[in-house]
Amino acid sequence: MSAGSSRTGRSLLLLAPLLLFLIGFFVWPLFSMMSQAVSDPAVLRLLPRTAEVVVDWDRKSPPTMPMQTALMEDLRTVDDDQALGDMVRRLNSARSGFRTLMSKTTSALEDTANPPADLISIDKRWEKPEFWLAIADALSPLTDRNLLAAVDLGRNSAGEIEHLPAEQSVNRVILVRTFWIAALVTFTCACIGFPYAIIAASLTGWKRDLMLAAVLLPLWTSLLVRTAAWFILLQEQGLINDLLRWLGLIDAPLPLIFNRTGVIIAMTHVLLPFMVLPIYSVLITIPNNLMPAAASLGANPLRAFLRVLLPLSLRGVASGGLLVFISAIGYYITPALIGGPGDQMISSIIAFYATGSANWGMAGALGVVLLIATLHLYSVYARLSAEEQGRR
Amino acid sequence: MKTIMKSGILTAAAVVLSASLAAPVFARDLTVVSWGGNYQDAQRGIYFKPFSEKTGKPVLDEAWDGGIGVIQSKVKAGAPNWDAVQVEAEELALGCADGLYEKIDWDKMGGKDKFLDSAVNDCGVGAIVWSTAIAYDGDKLKEGPTSWVDFWDVEKFPGKRSLRKGPKYTLEFALLADGVSKDELYDVLSTEEGVARAFKKLDELKPHIVWWESGAQPLQFLASGEVAMASAYNGRITGINRSEGKNFKVVFPGSIYAVDSWVVLKDAENKDAAQDFIAFASLPEHQAKLPEFVAYGLPNKEAAAQVPAEFAKDLPTDPANMTDSISLNVDFWIDNAETLTQRFNAWLAQ
Repeated sequence: MSAGSSRTGRSLLLLAPLLLFLIGFFVWPLFSMMSQAVSDPAVLRLLPRTAEVVVDWDRKSPPTMPMQTALMEDLRTVDDDQALGDMVRRLNSARSGFRTLMSKTTSALEDTANPPADLISIDKRWEKPEFWLAIADALSPLTDRNLLAAVDLGRNSAGEIEHLPAEQSVNRVILVRTFWIAALVTFTCACIGFPYAIIAASLTGWKRDLMLAAVLLPLWTSLLVRTAAWFILLQEQGLINDLLRWLGLIDAPLPLIFNRTGVIIAMTHVLLPFMVLPIYSVLITIPNNLMPAAASLGANPLRAFLRVLLPLSLRGVASGGLLVFISAIGYYITPALIGGPGDQMISSIIAFYATGSANWGMAGALGVVLLIATLHLYSVYARLSAEEQGRR
Repeated sequence: MKTIMKSGILTAAAVVLSASLAAPVFARDLTVVSWGGNYQDAQRGIYFKPFSEKTGKPVLDEAWDGGIGVIQSKVKAGAPNWDAVQVEAEELALGCADGLYEKIDWDKMGGKDKFLDSAVNDCGVGAIVWSTAIAYDGDKLKEGPTSWVDFWDVEKFPGKRSLRKGPKYTLEFALLADGVSKDELYDVLSTEEGVARAFKKLDELKPHIVWWESGAQPLQFLASGEVAMASAYNGRITGINRSEGKNFKVVFPGSIYAVDSWVVLKDAENKDAAQDFIAFASLPEHQAKLPEFVAYGLPNKEAAAQVPAEFAKDLPTDPANMTDSISLNVDFWIDNAETLTQRFNAWLAQ
């Protein structure tokens, strides 16, 4: 008994680096991203007095005197600039104008020799219920605001969920576009990668090595370098257009860059190894006498392919497709450099919220949406491959 | 054999262990972060290297592309790995309000009165005055555009246009092209109708726009002939003219200028050395060398006076260039950047 448990203990010890790695680089970041998306403590933490008073407010009329006094009290006691910054960012994100309003207000409140009587005397904007509404709506420690906004929904002043106005609705369009581009890239990768893998698997010796090297070498080159190379090839005065014009095939340059065509070409090239390698690894396990056997039983090459080789290699195509698709939905740099404004994918929006406006709640919420979509796809794939196993 | 391997593993473990223990003993060198490209090359020659020689300690320099989120994540993680950073005006205002920067020791800098008013801030010292302006290739367009109205006129000047992707500058330029005067610009943009008007004007040009994101892109587009004119940072235009013998022109009327500042990140390891560095880089005798390499205006008044006339005429701060240009309204953008970017992205996706 004790020998068994000590053996378990030892094998756990061997697993410890892996577990630590998974927790540190996988579980924890995912968890913190998801908690960023729903937690909303920035305002409540600093405005406890206001939170007590604002419950009695009717959400329509101008602020009452106790509300103003409570907020002034709260702001006077804040001594942590970074916490104040978090609060102001959160409020400004709900209602533009809080940035300048708050900096004006806090510096007026610091003037102890000449204390302002109320907030409205500091800035007229405090009269408007919109600003107070933004505060009142930010006082719950958990929020679904970011998750709703990630799919273009929001709550109206009565608290019901409704569509955001068209000029703020961008995420759904871009999410659909992201999945569409990823699907197109997966499809073209399969169209090129499958025949390529078949040829590579059917060859031997240096020819096979050469074909595999042709796939692997680009994989070891930086993504940015490959994207830049496509930029040079595809541009209007680029190699491809120059060659076609020199051959007399076209008069005006083909529009290959800053549009969907360019993005698909470049992303297909970048992601092709992830399609070829899984298919190849399945193909080389298929005994190579199966096709001659099918032929000897009277199947023509097409029939033999459809009934023998394709079903056997489908697992490789499916895992290649999944790899390509999941990598493609997170693409950022290739659409940014090669694509036009109509080809930007969801990562560019996430990057804006993460680095541009430091709104990590929104960045996290969009990440969660992407994660859920990916998990759904994965479960579809897992079910399909389980059925495949069961059939056998 | 086994013992040799064992001792080998032990030695390796000892080396790794001692390295990880010893690491904190070696302090990180002063790390200065700026905007890359030929601008940072010039800064390296006139600020970074001489400062390193003077103090006898190495100075590391890195480049970044802006974004308050980058600075926030570094400071909030504790012990940021950057010390002195050159930031844009909104990043200065946002980060200063949020406590992401150290307060500047203005006595060390030689006093606030030595600098332009717009270059003085509790958290930052102005480094340059730079401008976003129309650029075009003077060899390809003999009669060039003179205003944003011309920029929008694709009949008179055929060819694509390039603008910085994002609402900042783009909305201002659209309103200028729609005939709004520079004095009313931000009043109009502060209203809902003004924003709608700017987007309506942008609709006209949308099919002809190639968007850029990093400062080097518009110059590549101009050089390759991909676009006929672009908005670009004025220093880069003059820079490429001098380094690659191009004949790119800058249109200063209708350009928007802003001040970039040096800041010190909160609780950075070398925060004192960073202040010394900023003081060094703000000395007139050092700053006055900059316009020879990149045409950015100088916030130190004494330095600005020392710039030779042949370089001064290309600077955004030159009186002739200043008359019809506009100062970026930082307050407007710190309030509205997030909502307008959202709206801009929605407009772009349509």
